[in-house]
Amino acid sequence: MNDMTQPELMHGHHGPAQGITRWLYTTNHKDIGTLYLWFSFAMFLIGGCMALVIRSELFQPGLQLVQPEFFNQMTTMHGLIMVFGAVMPAFVGLANWMIPLMVGAPDMALPRMNNLGFWILPFAFAMLLSTLLMEGGGPNFGWTFYAPLSTTYAPPSVTFFIFSVHMMGISSIMGAINVIATILNMRAPGMTMMKMPLFVWTWLITAFLLIAVMPVLAGVITMMLMDIHFGTSFFDAGGGGDPVLFQHLFWFFGHPEVYIMILPAFGIISHIVPTFSRKRLFGYASMVYATASIALLSFVVWAHHMFTVGLPLAGELFFMYSTMLIAVPTGVKVFNWVSTMFRGAISFETPMLFAIGFIVLFTIGGFSGLMLAISPADFQYHDTYFVVAHFHYVLVPGAVFSIIAGAYYWLPKWTGHMYNERLGQWHFWLSMIGVNLTFFPMHFIGLAGMPRRIPDYALQFADFNMIASIGGFMFGFSQLLFLYIVIKCIKGGEKAEAKPWEGAEGLEWQVASPAPYHTFAQPPRID
Amino acid sequence: MKDQNPHKTTVSKLVLATLGMFLFGFLLVPLYDVFCDITGLNGKVSNTAYIEKEGFTVDPNRKVTVQFLTNTNANMNWLFEAEARSIQVHPGELSKVSFKVINPSLKRMTAQAVPSVSPSEGAEYLLKTQCFCFEQQELGAGASLQMTLLFRVDPNLPQHIKTLTLAYTLFDITDTRSVSSIAQLDPAKIRQPEPRGSADHIASTVPSIHVQDTILLAGGY
Repeated sequence: MNDMTQPELMHGHHGPAQGITRWLYTTNHKDIGTLYLWFSFAMFLIGGCMALVIRSELFQPGLQLVQPEFFNQMTTMHGLIMVFGAVMPAFVGLANWMIPLMVGAPDMALPRMNNLGFWILPFAFAMLLSTLLMEGGGPNFGWTFYAPLSTTYAPPSVTFFIFSVHMMGISSIMGAINVIATILNMRAPGMTMMKMPLFVWTWLITAFLLIAVMPVLAGVITMMLMDIHFGTSFFDAGGGGDPVLFQHLFWFFGHPEVYIMILPAFGIISHIVPTFSRKRLFGYASMVYATASIALLSFVVWAHHMFTVGLPLAGELFFMYSTMLIAVPTGVKVFNWVSTMFRGAISFETPMLFAIGFIVLFTIGGFSGLMLAISPADFQYHDTYFVVAHFHYVLVPGAVFSIIAGAYYWLPKWTGHMYNERLGQWHFWLSMIGVNLTFFPMHFIGLAGMPRRIPDYALQFADFNMIASIGGFMFGFSQLLFLYIVIKCIKGGEKAEAKPWEGAEGLEWQVASPAPYHTFAQPPRID
Repeated sequence: MKDQNPHKTTVSKLVLATLGMFLFGFLLVPLYDVFCDITGLNGKVSNTAYIEKEGFTVDPNRKVTVQFLTNTNANMNWLFEAEARSIQVHPGELSKVSFKVINPSLKRMTAQAVPSVSPSEGAEYLLKTQCFCFEQQELGAGASLQMTLLFRVDPNLPQHIKTLTLAYTLFDITDTRSVSSIAQLDPAKIRQPEPRGSADHIASTVPSIHVQDTILLAGGY
């Protein structure tokens, strides 16, 4: 721990090191945040290419482009990369950049672990992606990797998959520990818990969720590893195990995991909406309590993913009602955002557009979630495209839109330049139309009975699938516009003020734009 | 630096919590089984032989249909059949059903039958006094075996249940078994969860058809 003084001595009075070693050895929270964000964007594009392979194959019925085996690898890898490679590291990147600035700390609590936490990821994902080139192909059992599909019937590369997920898990846990230590110990004097910005609050709760469930995921994949290589029978009924046990363990991790991917998004939206409504956030305290209740409830709803495995009636009812209960705190949040906007002096800059898009489309995803929670109805929806439509509505215009909104919102702070507003608006409208074209028709084909994870389908689904594929390409390629806007903003543009948004509040706007390499060496005072 | 100490305590607490949750993940495995055993959910049935207590009063006015399903798991090539697909019993009376297995392959194989009862609500009322599923079957190439099931239906079976289905799935555990016999030699090396119906359960039953598996029984893991 004594080493912690070192970076300060070394970098105390000058800027970053030059060249590649700056990025390899950096312990600076802003550098690491940048690394995380670029890494997640690269993964977003790779996972996006896989989605486009899927959408190309589904453009028409019949098998045109890829073999079913490869199609299964694409659906699996798309899910894994987007969840663990794109969304989660993007939020960790935003946390690294913004949490020290928001709480008035000079850096994250554990800068060296921060560096390690990031640099594990490229190796984990290189290993995961390399399985595609191995004999027998990559993981093909869906991102939920249900046993025995992922044990007895898995391709040999499953071992590499298991180790890469272990590495991702270790990285996430290190990130979470760092966030908690920073928030609990390094807040500026006077910043009490209930004065913390909501992004900080939501991340604190997310970090606790990560620490609670990532180890359970590690346990599950360890059991898989033992079943595959060491002759145990955790999930093999022949040896006294139970494949349904896998699903219980996986979803005990999996359901909190989906909130890990949405709670920080709630935080970002709770910053952007007040800024561009030029009003204070409506119901700050209720936002905090709603976030905490969602996190707690997430531990008692997991079996709603398993309504059709043969749960007893009492179980079906319990998980149905507990799931529906989550709609209450979520509704509080949506109500608060709408009330914040009510009678505000709203302007529609790109971050606000993405935030409003988030609120509208996330709510649609929330409602389809309520439909899925009705256990008798779920028997029809289960494993259809309706489920695909639901979770993409909460993850793409949910988590991804919030990340993009956050990126636009803080780009002036990061780069010192304003992004091109006109191109930003184009990016929003192309994304908005693309996302809805892609995922809205999936509700209909799902209700009509098209199963998920198949490369071919009945003729009756052809038209909607073609629309979805066109929308998918539109959404995918409009992200290249985002890449262009970001690079253009880094290279130059209108000079950004310390506080580029009129209605913005918070410590991050008190430092210059671009944020200096070292900030808050002297903690600010909060009144 | 004055915030060293708070970090140290925070981080050690969080690392402990992480390790604790990792262990909790493994703890969920027995907890899940305990939960299923207590509640009889998931059609999981008790895998210990039912020890006869007081003689049951047979209820001659009530008839329950008991159906038998025999399945083999994907890679299992044994022929597995019940002598009767379904029988009618009075609750409380002791019934006997025979099952036949043939190993048509050219190698020695070991099998394990795993039972499941439907509806799951009735699982705890199907009392198996003696069952081939409590032990493993090892058969040479081309050999066959008659296996016995002795059971009673508990007279307390809820009135609305008129049919009980007992489904057996036969698993090929030849490879698993050879690994587990290696595990016997070095138990510290490989953790092996106890297969249902292993050594101590068998000891409590009267094995009528019992292919002695000395390697497995001796270890008593």
